[in-house]
Formats: sequence, C-alpha cells, structure tokens
Amino acid sequence: MADYIPPVQSKFGQMIDVIVLLALAIGALYMPLWLGLAGSAHTSNVPDNPTWESLGQNATMVEKWNQLGYTEAAEAAELITARFDYSFSILSLLVMIVVVVGYYAIILRFSEKEYRDVISEKFGDR
Amino acid sequence: MSETDITSKTMDGMGPGGTKIGLARVLGPAHVWGLGVGIVLVGEYMGWNFSVGKGGAYAALLACWFAGILYSCVAMIDSEVTSTVAAAGGQYTQAKHIVGPLMAFNVGLYLVFAYTMLEAANAITFGFLIDTVAGMTGHEGLDERPFIILAIMFLAWLNYRGVLATLTFSLIITAFAFVSIIVLFLSTTVFLGESPLRHTELMTDLPYGWLGVLAAMHFGLWYYLGIEGTCQAAEEVRSPARSLPFGTLAGIMTLLIAASLTWYVCVGLMPWEYLGQAGVPLFDAARMTGSMGLMVLLGIGTMFATLASANGCINDASRAWFAMGRDHYLPDWFGAVHPRFQTPYRAIIFLVPIALIFALGAPLDQVITFSILSGLLEYTFMPLNVILFRRKWPLNTIKRGYEHPFHPIPAIVLLTLCGITFFAVFLGYGSQLVAMLSFYIVVSLWFHFWRYRFVRRAAQFTMPWPRPQGY
Repeated sequence: MADYIPPVQSKFGQMIDVIVLLALAIGALYMPLWLGLAGSAHTSNVPDNPTWESLGQNATMVEKWNQLGYTEAAEAAELITARFDYSFSILSLLVMIVVVVGYYAIILRFSEKEYRDVISEKFGDR
Repeated sequence: MSETDITSKTMDGMGPGGTKIGLARVLGPAHVWGLGVGIVLVGEYMGWNFSVGKGGAYAALLACWFAGILYSCVAMIDSEVTSTVAAAGGQYTQAKHIVGPLMAFNVGLYLVFAYTMLEAANAITFGFLIDTVAGMTGHEGLDERPFIILAIMFLAWLNYRGVLATLTFSLIITAFAFVSIIVLFLSTTVFLGESPLRHTELMTDLPYGWLGVLAAMHFGLWYYLGIEGTCQAAEEVRSPARSLPFGTLAGIMTLLIAASLTWYVCVGLMPWEYLGQAGVPLFDAARMTGSMGLMVLLGIGTMFATLASANGCINDASRAWFAMGRDHYLPDWFGAVHPRFQTPYRAIIFLVPIALIFALGAPLDQVITFSILSGLLEYTFMPLNVILFRRKWPLNTIKRGYEHPFHPIPAIVLLTLCGITFFAVFLGYGSQLVAMLSFYIVVSLWFHFWRYRFVRRAAQFTMPWPRPQGY
C-alpha cells in the first residue's frame, strides 16, 4: 500500500480550524449558562419569621453559625433550607445513557478504522 | 521482545527511533509527586465541599472513599501504560498508540479542557480568597479580576521560562499546603487543648437518603481530579519507568490522607448546610478555631494550593495541546519548542486567554463541573485503553516499566464507578453533561471527516513496538 501523503494546509486554513474548534468549545461550555440551564434546580422553603429551632438547629449549630457571622436565624435561613431537586424522568435518564454510550461507540468505531490504516502503513500489509 | 530503552536521556521517542530535539529531561520522582499532588491538593482547599451540599456530610465521606478507589484504579492503570508510553501528551499519546487517532484527539481535548477549567477554578478561588481577606481587614468591595488575571499571567510566564523552575516552585508550595492541612488537623485534635471539633452535635442523617450518596460522587472526584496529570511529564523525567509509577502512587496515597483529614476537620467545625456552599472551606475551618496563627497558615495554604494547581494545569494542558499540534491533529504551529527554554511556548501562550474567559465569566461550581466532566470522560477511556493494551501487546511482548496487578479487576471497577459518576452528574447537572457530549460528538465528526486528512498515517505511531496482535 502506498503511503498516504497529506495535503499541505495553508496558514489561513489552519487559523480557521483553530477558530472553529474554539467557537465550538466555548459555545458548548457557555450554552447551558446562556440558556439558564446550568446547575441544579434548588428549592428553598424559608418559613415565615424563622427561628433557629424552626430551622432544626441545635445549640452547637447556632454557636457555629454565630462564629461564621450569621447572628440571626433569618440571615442563615436561605442557606439552611436550600435543597437540590433530584427528581428526574426515566426518559431523560435513557437519553443520557444513549448519548454517553453512543458517543463512545462512534469514537471506537471510527478510531478502529483509522487505526487499521496506521498499522497497515507502519508495518506493511500482511 | 523489544529492548527499547524508554529511560534514554538523549532520545525522546518522538519520531521513529526517537529524535534529539525535544523537551528537556530534568525531572525526578519528587517533581512528579509535586506535579500530581500540586494540581490536586487544591481540591481539599475548595470544591470537594460541594459534595457535602449534594448529599450531606456522611455522603461526602463515602464519596471521598469511593472516589479514592476510582483514582487508585486510575493510578494503577496509568502507571503501567505511562511507564511504557513515555512521551509528552500522556493519555493522548497512549490513545494514539493503543486505540486510534480519533480517540486520541478526544483524549487530548479532555486533557486540555479538564486542566484549563481547573486552572480557571483555581484563579476564581484565588480571587475569592483575596476578596475575603480584604473584607476581613476592612476593605469591602475589592475587584477580584486584576488578581485573577495577574495569577494566570504570572504562572504562564513561569511555565514559559522552563519546566524545572516551574515544577520546583510547585513542589515547594505544594509541600507547604500539605503540611498546613496536617498542622490544622493536629491543632484541632491535639494541640489546642480542648478540641473545637463537635462531630456529635453537627453530624446529621443523610438529608437526601442514599440518592444523595450517589449524587455526592459528582464532586467527590474533586478530591483527586488531576492526579493522572503526572504522565504529562513523561517526556521530561530522567527515568520514566521509575519516577512515574513512584510519583503517581505516592501522590494518590498523599491525597487519600489529605482528603480524609480535611473532611474530618471541616465537618467537625461547620454545619453541613454552610460547608456545602462554602467558597474556601479549609480557610473557614481555620477561622472557626479562633487561632490567628492557623488562619494565616491556612490562608497562605489556600493561596499556595490554588497557585500550585493552576501552575500544574498550565503545564499539563499546554503539553497536550503541543503534542496534538506536533502530530498535525491541530495546526502544527503549536508543536514548536522554545529554542532556549525548551518549553512548548506557543501552546502555553495560546491557552491563557481561554482560561481567562472562564475565570472571569463563569460561576465556580459550573467551571468545576466542566472540568470534572472532561476528567470523567477521560477516566472512562482508561479501562478501555488498558484492556486493549494488554490484548494488543500481552505482557511478554514489550517491556513495561510497571505492571499493575489483578488485571482486569481495576479496569472493571473503574468502568463501574465511572458509570455511577455519570449518573451523579446527571442528578443536577444533566444539561451540562449533554451539552459537553454534544460538543465532543460534533468535534469528533469534524476531526474524522475534515481534520484527519492533514495527518500522516504511519508517523503517528512513534513507539518502537512490534505489530499489535490481531492487526
């Protein structure tokens, strides 16, 4: 098999390639932030006129909150009552599994094809 | 059996049989330890505590241990493959030789984004610490941005100037940051007279049940994320077969100790609801002891840990970018070595603005999640990599610097824990997961159908190994 001779890429073409890659990366990473989809949904049920007792804090916990600068229960109520929302649908879980497995399947399949060419050129055809 | 000397001080293994022009081989095992632990130790100073927020204090401890098992598998697998594929690019170069070009391209990007996002997270924490200290001394409303920019620029300059100075700097400040954690632990348990730790009163049941334990695995990775970066220095260590396994395995042991001590001290000093959302938890822990000396020590420790980590991240991300440029996976302009300092200077400079974009424009937990996701994709690749490595080159066919025991159990355990962690990320950060995977799918198609045409085929295979079995 004749060795593959790659075409020479112009400086402009190289620059375009880097810009495309960066635009995709920054876009993908910032997209959830721009669309407001980033992070988990937090719920926070702050009771009216919260007290340390109503927030479930014992004497030691209150002492520690005070040391941290939260002298009133109302100041710490938002932090204490914040909870993640872990509810999810089976469909979204299945979508995630398909995306993860599909991704690795694509990579391994294309890599194998490319790898066989590399080995064939490096070591010669059998 | 191949008699290749991977410890050669004159041949770098780049071209077939090696070339004499490359990165300087000047590092020892202590530098490898410093690089690995230096990148990761910041995980004890910030970020790990978000696992407390996701599942409660006990969930964070379980996540710490399970993540410890995951990383022990990573260290074992990586030590075997890296001690054999001793070239810049680390896992990228491994993938190129063992799995194939597209996998290598993806792994290269995992490395670059995991480390660049980690660098951005470090810079954010550095700025937050400066702001906190300024607030405590009566200077409210400090603008953090100049400090963030200055930190990244200074470390990039240090990396530009040379790897030995860079990693010696990392080694010293990492050792200081590690000793600070030990001093805090000893002070709160032995030296302060009556211990300020109140585990009995502060510990609660699991607030989310066992689902929270699974969810906590997401940020549990942060205790150790980046230890695999030791193999980025493969081309710059004097004796890869000895230094890389020793430095990596010593590093993971150091981190297991530091992570357990950090958890123990912090959950004994702060309510879990606060700890789960704190920006600088170890510094807060020192504040809670009431000792000015400890506060100063942990303040400096936090600063050093962020700088050491960002320093190692610049080192590793630039090596991966450089290696991809050298192979034409990216424009070959990036594959240049500085004629005087022998560093990949163009890659170092190019990645600076990318780190700044995220350090100045994204929230800390999101930046950390981006870094963790890239790391997780990389860890999922590792078991596939080692299984194929053993299948294509069984133990008696090429010389290995280190052979990891109990194969394939570590690979299976690692794959299972990665699956659990994907689910943990999905619980709360599913949109980032899908967005990031979509990105990798699109760039994979771009690489396979466009970029790969500029890559020489046989030239990618630079290791002097025999033909792989089955090909």
